[in-house]
Amino acid sequence: MAARIHGGAGAGAATALSTFNPKKLVAPPSRTNLPARNSKRYIVSAAAGSDGSKKSLLRVRHSQKLIANAAVATKAEESSAPTGTGHELLLFEALQEGLEEEMDRDPHVCVMGEDVGHYGGSYKVTKGLADKFGDLRVLDTPICENAFTGMGIGAAMTGLRPVIEGMNMGFLLLAFNQISNNCGMLHYTSGGQFTIPVVIRGPGGVGRQLGAEHSQRLESYFQSIPGIQMVACSTPYNAKGLMKAAIRSENPVILFEHVLLYNLKEKIPDEEYICNLEEAEMVRPGEHITILTYSRMRYHVMQAAKTLVNKGYDPEVIDIRSLKPFDLHTIGNSVKKTHRVLIVEECMRTGGIGASLTAAINENFHDYLDAPVMCLSSQDVPTPYAGTLEEWTVVQPAQIVTAVEQLCQ
Amino acid sequence: MATSFSATLPLHGSQESRLSLTPIRLAPPSSFLGSTRSLSIPSSRSRLYHAHAARRSPVVGVQEVVKDKKITNSLLITKEEGLELYEDMILGRSFEDMCAQMYYRGKMFGFVHLYNGQEAVSTGFIKLLTQSDSVVSTYRDHVHALSKGVSARAVMSELFGKVTGCCRGQGGSMHMFSKEHNMLGGFAFIGEGIPVATGAAFTSKYKREVLKQDCDDVTVAFFGDGTCNNGQFYECLNMAALYKLPIIFVVENNLWAIGMSHLRSTSDPEIWKKGPAFGMPGVHVDGMDVLKVREVAKEAVTRARRGEGPTLVECETYRFRGHSLADPDELRDAAEKAKYAARDPITALKKYLMENKLANEGELKTIEKKIDELVEEAVEFADASPQPGRSQLLENVFADPKGFGIGPDGRYRCEDPKFTEGTAQV
Repeated sequence: MAARIHGGAGAGAATALSTFNPKKLVAPPSRTNLPARNSKRYIVSAAAGSDGSKKSLLRVRHSQKLIANAAVATKAEESSAPTGTGHELLLFEALQEGLEEEMDRDPHVCVMGEDVGHYGGSYKVTKGLADKFGDLRVLDTPICENAFTGMGIGAAMTGLRPVIEGMNMGFLLLAFNQISNNCGMLHYTSGGQFTIPVVIRGPGGVGRQLGAEHSQRLESYFQSIPGIQMVACSTPYNAKGLMKAAIRSENPVILFEHVLLYNLKEKIPDEEYICNLEEAEMVRPGEHITILTYSRMRYHVMQAAKTLVNKGYDPEVIDIRSLKPFDLHTIGNSVKKTHRVLIVEECMRTGGIGASLTAAINENFHDYLDAPVMCLSSQDVPTPYAGTLEEWTVVQPAQIVTAVEQLCQ
Repeated sequence: MATSFSATLPLHGSQESRLSLTPIRLAPPSSFLGSTRSLSIPSSRSRLYHAHAARRSPVVGVQEVVKDKKITNSLLITKEEGLELYEDMILGRSFEDMCAQMYYRGKMFGFVHLYNGQEAVSTGFIKLLTQSDSVVSTYRDHVHALSKGVSARAVMSELFGKVTGCCRGQGGSMHMFSKEHNMLGGFAFIGEGIPVATGAAFTSKYKREVLKQDCDDVTVAFFGDGTCNNGQFYECLNMAALYKLPIIFVVENNLWAIGMSHLRSTSDPEIWKKGPAFGMPGVHVDGMDVLKVREVAKEAVTRARRGEGPTLVECETYRFRGHSLADPDELRDAAEKAKYAARDPITALKKYLMENKLANEGELKTIEKKIDELVEEAVEFADASPQPGRSQLLENVFADPKGFGIGPDGRYRCEDPKFTEGTAQV
């Protein structure tokens, strides 16, 4: 469908509009804001060369990238559009690239965590960095999450910019004291005297039969902590961009990665870029319904979107990316256009990101809703080991299709 | 590792001969253990053994050291140093007494934990530090902040919750921070400051070894006996010794954690012993004697500055008041309190100064009067200071206020004029 191609492009909107059915396009006032917003997303170095068309191609490729398998694909669908410069890599390599670039740029950036040095990281995100930067800059810590997270915070207060890795996000539960009390609150309780520019990152989410404790979604536990920002990456492009932005930010940022997304492949620009920490990403514009999602569920949503499109629906898919704070502008504009909202998340039903998002949408955009906000979350169960049970705890594309059909009646 | 800590194994024979204060040998800076990949090569095993043996540093009671010095007729401090120490301890005592008064008059609220009786520890350590050295404390932090150089005005205002407080009134009694004086807090939960202190020490090492700066800053972490049963303490002892961080762990063992006696909660109450278990010297010192504390502190700080790693110092001390101003303090034995009251560190120093003709009554009285006025003035200042306005509510939540996000209108929330008024909705 033609609507897919113009993926919310900035400068590229002009090139794509020719294939677009103008009658279908209801031009709400928000539309004019969107291109301006998108163009802020790129910080391209001066040597970029022709930028407009390249940007739109990249945006095009994003929205066309529908991963058939449940998120563990190795190759995105190739578009017929010319590729231009750029290089292809996997998501964990994109994270590593972003981290390495920032470490090259600023000698105060350091990494600490379990097995990040000699082992290269349990998911290879820090592979090769210890060889390049040394054992002190890429610090192999003992197994003491609370203490090394606190150590990172103390180092941040005194001038360094640590990137603290939790081998699995679930392990950071042991560091909750430091994350909540010191990371989040210390800037405030010190009256603004000390900043904590840490990045706390690691893989979370439900994997492949990893068992309950290794399949946790900590974004719901951390979201109430005042003073921190939370972002979730979902593509190699935004993984690198968010990693760099998080490192440069003066705020403490928790970057949520997903165990099953590390092998996603995508072509990303050669030029330097960062992604805005507070913005959401328009994955697929549409008219009928707004689907808000993040991390791995983005791929389940896009898979369901294929089915929905075949059935004649036109879903707008937004990857919220910023879990705290929510980008109420992008979300709001979408709600104002479609009047129906479906949230698809991997967090648990109770107190998850979806719950907060539902509340925020109801509070801010109640007048624009034609139907109650529906939220599809994981079941409130400890993730079972058995494959069948595990599949049923997490939202599947079929459920998303059903939900959309229900909402759009 | 030729420091006086390692000079003797108490188990091996007499101590007198070893306790001569040999000048401290400059040891070459040790390579960072983690980077020696050759650890897997068999030939280095003997080196590893040796390193371990050296690290299993023995413990020395320092009282003997001090006695030695007295015998040789040289004093531990000069007149200037003596007066400085005296003034600092009087400041700590007067300030805390004033806090109690102000609390009962309804000028400060919440949990206030006073330091009366423990002044020797704070003064003994912190007066040896420079401005760029860091101090991390607990909720019993007023006097640490004062010793480190934070003005009495700033601390008192913070306690009153006024904007002129060192943390703009946002921290309170348990969160004394000062970037200028490198006072890294002030923490309400016990033990949570120790990793922060470890991080500050890590930065010092990083600056030296990665950024190639001339940095020999040390960090002193103060905490209590109760904290020594907490996991964070042990985790940090391990990391500090492993990475040879320039940090001194100072245990202010006042024998009581609110109403829990140290002996009832700890399997082995001798905390100094836990240092050698992690490969660092553990020292026990009389924390009611500022000169003894100072001698130990000198050694520990010098060790840290030379890159020889951390030290664990257990100071036996006592708090004359209850755990906090809300604590009726009924559990502690009157005899115990009397015993320690007789060892009041301020009285002890006064006696030392006068006996050794370092100061006379008049000079000490002048100091006491000066401090009284200073504390009075601090109270007046705090009283007169304004309370924080509404607009301050949302400031300082984020260093970069873009963290509040983008509002429905497309602008960053912090760009909303109502944000500075404190009436914006977030």
